[in-house]
Amino acid sequence: MGIGIRIEDLRKVYDSPPPAAARTGFGMAQPRGGPKEKKKFQVVALDGISLEIHAGELFGLLGPNGAGKSTTIGILTTRIRPTSGRAFIGEHDAWQEQVAAKRLIGVVPQRPNLDFALTAREILVFHGAYFGQSAKVRQAKADELLERFKLTERADQMVRGFSGGMMQRLSIARAMMHDPEVLFLDEPSAGLDPQTRLLLWDLVKDYNRQGKTIVLTTHYMEEADSLCNRLAIIDHGRIISQGTPAELKSSIPGGYLLRTKFSGVPEPLLAGLRALPGVTEVRASDGIGADIYADRGGPLIPAIVSAAQSAGAELCDVHIQEPSLETLFLHHTGRSLRD
Amino acid sequence: MNWKTLFALLSRDGHVARRNLVFTLVQNLLQPLLLTFVFGRILTSSGMMSTAYKNVLLPGIIGTSMVMSGVWAVAMPLIAEFQWTKEIEDRLLAPIEIGWLAVEKVIAGMIQALVAGLVVIPSAWLVMGSGVNISFQSPFLFLLICFLVALFAAAGGLALGCSIGQAQVGLMFSLVIAPMIMFGCAYYPWAALKNFPGLQYAVLINPLVYASEGLRGALVPGIPHISLLAVVGALVLINVILLAVGMKQFYAKSIG
Repeated sequence: MGIGIRIEDLRKVYDSPPPAAARTGFGMAQPRGGPKEKKKFQVVALDGISLEIHAGELFGLLGPNGAGKSTTIGILTTRIRPTSGRAFIGEHDAWQEQVAAKRLIGVVPQRPNLDFALTAREILVFHGAYFGQSAKVRQAKADELLERFKLTERADQMVRGFSGGMMQRLSIARAMMHDPEVLFLDEPSAGLDPQTRLLLWDLVKDYNRQGKTIVLTTHYMEEADSLCNRLAIIDHGRIISQGTPAELKSSIPGGYLLRTKFSGVPEPLLAGLRALPGVTEVRASDGIGADIYADRGGPLIPAIVSAAQSAGAELCDVHIQEPSLETLFLHHTGRSLRD
Repeated sequence: MNWKTLFALLSRDGHVARRNLVFTLVQNLLQPLLLTFVFGRILTSSGMMSTAYKNVLLPGIIGTSMVMSGVWAVAMPLIAEFQWTKEIEDRLLAPIEIGWLAVEKVIAGMIQALVAGLVVIPSAWLVMGSGVNISFQSPFLFLLICFLVALFAAAGGLALGCSIGQAQVGLMFSLVIAPMIMFGCAYYPWAALKNFPGLQYAVLINPLVYASEGLRGALVPGIPHISLLAVVGALVLINVILLAVGMKQFYAKSIG
């Protein structure tokens, strides 16, 4: 039957002291005289996120570092207390009914957090024991997963000496050990070589085919595009856009994005660019740049060059991006995902 | 309540403790036993101290060994597991209220403290040689005090382990543990401080004082000691406070 996920108006504000540099550094004027006011430093990580992930879906949270992806995963996996709003795993509130929620989920963290006091096999077997599996079941399951994740040879070694890729595979094996209905993967392919990444994608797809719900976060466009049924794009703690990768890409005005730089961007140039055939939107950036959304890429360049000449400017640089989630992100935020 | 999970968490800690058994015993017991040899054997047999001192020393050695083992067994793994690797995360995700994980750590620490006591009694006795006169006439009282001391050690380990970072471990040793041992009435009875009245009352905030005095009262009732009723009362109070602080810190550390 599978388990879905529902998030309602989730907010998370972290209270942490400002970094030492910010307290005495530039721009922060110290209040003079009067009672000293202690200002609370706050970081808004999630700013009212609502979304629904259907049972059996492979769902992606896409966004740059610091967008709020890991905080969302943290709340859904009972590890972070939401400031307000609710998150449900199936019928269970992740904060109010932690034990019931924890039974349904498996978690692969951003950084492997393997139990360094144990061997690879023991990590799996004890994990099974925490979830109440009988000795026979957990031994058999551990053997099967070690084999499938190509870890059998190193099964009885302490994990301290494992490579990053091996630790990552073991983390995923551990998360699957109790056969959870929902699997969370936080930046699963960060730092993996391309070969291991492909292996990982296969394993995740296989698990999804068994009817399990999968939620992954990533800032890799290709990963989100080729792996996920549906996506939510997050930035600054808000959902910018959500839908299937195809829907999202088709929502970009024009589809193509030409990032151009000129010797200067006077208003007549922008007007000239907007008037070009196929151009749907033009945005000035940094005083010398213009982002041109259009239904074509290269064929537009001669027209751009002549528009620049007639406005007395010179085209210095042009970068053409085909319709992609990257373009979509840029369109909504004015920033590149990798910024 | 999910007993299967609690038991699995305990067996994980038991498994790790057994794997490091020899190392842990050496780490926790070598120093007290060397101290026993110097004070309880060399100084007494050379006549610089009376043989009766052995009876003063033994309960103190048992107390310090139990406390050190218990504090270490709980605090050190917690400090390491709450570091940036967050090794403890897997157990925080086990299907049980996370508070039980702290309880489990305390139980595991108590077991290790009691094992340390069990090992150190015969070994220290052996190291001291003849002339030790301790009595097990009130076994229940002795067991009660051992239980309270073990709980103090483990709860103290929980509170310390969830309050400090790896960088402060050395500082914790020189600022908390070392003065606690020196002023813990382990090597002298509390009554011996009567010439230092200020100090005599100041040390009463030190839980180890009650551990040493309680064990002394139970094993060598002849030596003047703090009333056992006061000892039990103080240990219960200290344990309640440390458990409350420890649980609060544990929640603060484990929830984002």
